[in-house]
Amino acid sequence: MPLASYQTSVPVVVDDAKCIADKGCTVCVDVCPLDVLRISDMTNKAYMAYDECWYCMPCEADCPTGAVTVNIPYLLR
Amino acid sequence: MALDQIVDGLSEVSCDVLVIGGGTAGPMAALKAKLKNPKANVVLLEKANVKRSGAISMGMDGLNNAVIPGYATPEQYTKEITIANDGIVDQKAVYKYAQNCYKIIEELDSFGIRFLKNENGDYAVKKVHHIGTYVLPMPNGETVKKALYRQLRRARILISNRYMATRLLKSTDGRIAGAISVNTRTAEMLVIRAKAVILCMGAAGRLGLPTSGYMFGTYENAANSGDGYAMAYHAGAALANLECFQINPLIKDYNGPACAYVAGPFGAYTANNEGSRFIECDYWSGQMMLEFYNELLSGKGPVFLQLKHLHPDTISEIESTLHKVERPTRGLFQQGRGVDYRSESIEMHISEIGFCSGHSASGVFVDDNARTTVPGLYAAGDMASVPHNYMLGAFTNGSVAGIDAMEFAESHDFAEFDAADVAIERDRVMAPTKREDGIPPNQIEYKTRRLVNDYLQPPKVTRKYELGIRRLAEARQDMQERMIARNAHELLRALEVQSIMDCADMAAHASLYREESRWGLYHWRTDFPEKDNENWFCHTLLSKQNGRMTSEKRAVEPYVVPIADDEKDLYDKQRIRASA
Repeated sequence: MPLASYQTSVPVVVDDAKCIADKGCTVCVDVCPLDVLRISDMTNKAYMAYDECWYCMPCEADCPTGAVTVNIPYLLR
Repeated sequence: MALDQIVDGLSEVSCDVLVIGGGTAGPMAALKAKLKNPKANVVLLEKANVKRSGAISMGMDGLNNAVIPGYATPEQYTKEITIANDGIVDQKAVYKYAQNCYKIIEELDSFGIRFLKNENGDYAVKKVHHIGTYVLPMPNGETVKKALYRQLRRARILISNRYMATRLLKSTDGRIAGAISVNTRTAEMLVIRAKAVILCMGAAGRLGLPTSGYMFGTYENAANSGDGYAMAYHAGAALANLECFQINPLIKDYNGPACAYVAGPFGAYTANNEGSRFIECDYWSGQMMLEFYNELLSGKGPVFLQLKHLHPDTISEIESTLHKVERPTRGLFQQGRGVDYRSESIEMHISEIGFCSGHSASGVFVDDNARTTVPGLYAAGDMASVPHNYMLGAFTNGSVAGIDAMEFAESHDFAEFDAADVAIERDRVMAPTKREDGIPPNQIEYKTRRLVNDYLQPPKVTRKYELGIRRLAEARQDMQERMIARNAHELLRALEVQSIMDCADMAAHASLYREESRWGLYHWRTDFPEKDNENWFCHTLLSKQNGRMTSEKRAVEPYVVPIADDEKDLYDKQRIRASA
């Protein structure tokens, strides 16, 4: 069966202006229990690659520059 | 390079003691094993990252089962937990926990984790349980993981993050030989030979589907997909009382605790839509959950946590804990809904089902030394069968497991396993990556968990269970023959679905076996509505025998702390009676 891509609004938002992943930081990617954050090949900034979030906060709490914001996933907001 | 590209690889390492799971019990087990023998190699394997993994990823607001001299005795605690579990308890392990946990509290204190003290410098313990006083708040509970991590680094524990263990290895004579794992970023496989293995892999928290429909909006840390239960099962270990599900009272939709353990001691309480109390005690037991469930359905629901009658300063104090520790997005959630605790009560609902001895009584069967039924294999924390463990139980029993496992490793050499077992496992793990076309893991997972909700959630109806087992078997066939994983991250999810499916099968099998009702809502069978002490005052042990799922009875060990006849049903009296 063919696969379709599925649109979803993701709960973790990264402020590219504050994110220092392009300088080698990977803190948010490292601490996520669900392993859903990645560094983008295109922008060299962190982003949420998979919508599988426990809205638990380590990414936001541990980010050294305050670039990460965890929102409540839309379905349970 | 494409995202999470699959790399073909297989390597092998060895260690004396392998601890799988770096949440709560795991770090303590690893630490104690290493301190027992600093020359030995201890590996701590973690699917996520030890810094922030497990149920206490963002800390914990308090100890819910602290047996502190002057407030409670090990005898009292053992009695309370026995009664709360309808008598089906091997008291030896509970009593040992109760005796040891104070030492662990002092040790955690020495790690820099602070507990609430009164003006005299004594621990300020609060009453939440039905009978005794065991709840100790943690004012800087958000620091737990960091404090633990410092200890692990200091002791030079070898930490391997982002490796998911998939199967255990055994020798032909049945002794533990190690484990097989997969890197969650590359899909490279790693075989770890070990003289002893400790499973600390948390609850089966992705078994039921939350009512929000968001698959990862679970009560438990969503990384806890029940891998430990599945691994123990396939290794031939026995699992106890899996029919005693975990179901918890939570903030509706948010699916985290409201939390009466924190707010109750300040005067908050659980109320119905008339604002009236209907339960005697907010401690999470199956009997309490049954009353909660009945109230939700009675027309007097929804159920609320009521705080608005408290002084605004008190509410601010409660908020500062609830919105900072354990599940800190609680504040954001309430803000989004426009709920202010000063003017509005917190709407609650019941959680999806799961396995978790942290709050119930099921799990991989262990004795009072945290030994499973497989020689050299240990289990601790939410996945091991010591009931009502909570965080302190994970630490205390993790400690027991670490010490005993190191003793085992010191007196045994590596067990030999069959190389063919690794090859078979490699084929199983990689199978979803070899298919060109098929069903992605998220769809198989959603369907499986939706079936769990439709057919396995209490009240348990035999006819529904029979149908549920058929539907799950169809989903399993799809999973085994058609599931695809297009990158290493999808493979992680594909492996987790296989754990979830195994846990669903075990939940169904165990529930059908026990032909009575027990533990309130946790095992309420409409076809057998009464507690049947004559035939079912026993544990049930589920295991894989000759490739088939099998259940058997196991006698409850003689009590260490006797329970008087008039105490046995104290937890059955949860509903507040109308008084004249």
